[in-house]
Amino acid sequence: MNVPKRILVACGTGIATSTVVAKAIEEALKERGIDVITRQCKAVEVRSLVDQADLIVTTTQLPSNLGVPVIHTLAFLTGIGKEDAIEQIVEALQKKN
Amino acid sequence: MTTAIVKLLESNNVLLNINAESAVDVITKLGNELFKTGYVKETFVGAANAREKKMPTGLPLLGGINAAIPHTDIEHVLKPGLAIATLKNDVIFQNMAIPEEKVAVRLVFLLALEQPKAQIEMLQEIAKVLQNPDVINKMINAKNYNEVIKALEGGSY
Repeated sequence: MNVPKRILVACGTGIATSTVVAKAIEEALKERGIDVITRQCKAVEVRSLVDQADLIVTTTQLPSNLGVPVIHTLAFLTGIGKEDAIEQIVEALQKKN
Repeated sequence: MTTAIVKLLESNNVLLNINAESAVDVITKLGNELFKTGYVKETFVGAANAREKKMPTGLPLLGGINAAIPHTDIEHVLKPGLAIATLKNDVIFQNMAIPEEKVAVRLVFLLALEQPKAQIEMLQEIAKVLQNPDVINKMINAKNYNEVIKALEGGSY
């Protein structure tokens, strides 16, 4: 059995935007039969939590060289480019296998 | 349906077709209403403005009418709620994803948030509204509170 991948979802305050984004990612990936575990955080907390993540999805700018792939997108909030963003996430997670 | 938004949205907290000079001006006007109606502490307006400056919330949207969703840390909030403004003229916010980039905004949702999971429904509904140019248009053209509610309830979600 596959171990679910862990996605760290970052935004400014860790309460509003990342809540919506995390939920939207979970639902979109579930539709594709991919189980993931999401965790929300503030942008400033990313560095300390990155060890526990396979991928980061963020709505805000993050420091570089975090050591895991980072997808920087507003797609899960605005709907613009959502399919592309989902594709990118799926691809990034597959590479992790 | 946008039940969670409608439940939390008091008529006092809807400012329609207002003049505002800046993002700070809009956030202050809306925040003062949330304070008067008992949703937030006195510290909220200052905190929301500080946070907007550091981590902006302007969102370019599909239909070309752009929005912003300012909010701040939970310690400044008394109970979950929101305030909405439609703006007579574009007000410049910075882009959430690319803070150097300007977004000309006509619709502002100021969010008073407590624990994340508690407001998930409202937040998801706001995202659905943001993704629906038809609802955004109706909100921008709303002349009173009831028309805003009708626009929010009329989305084919």
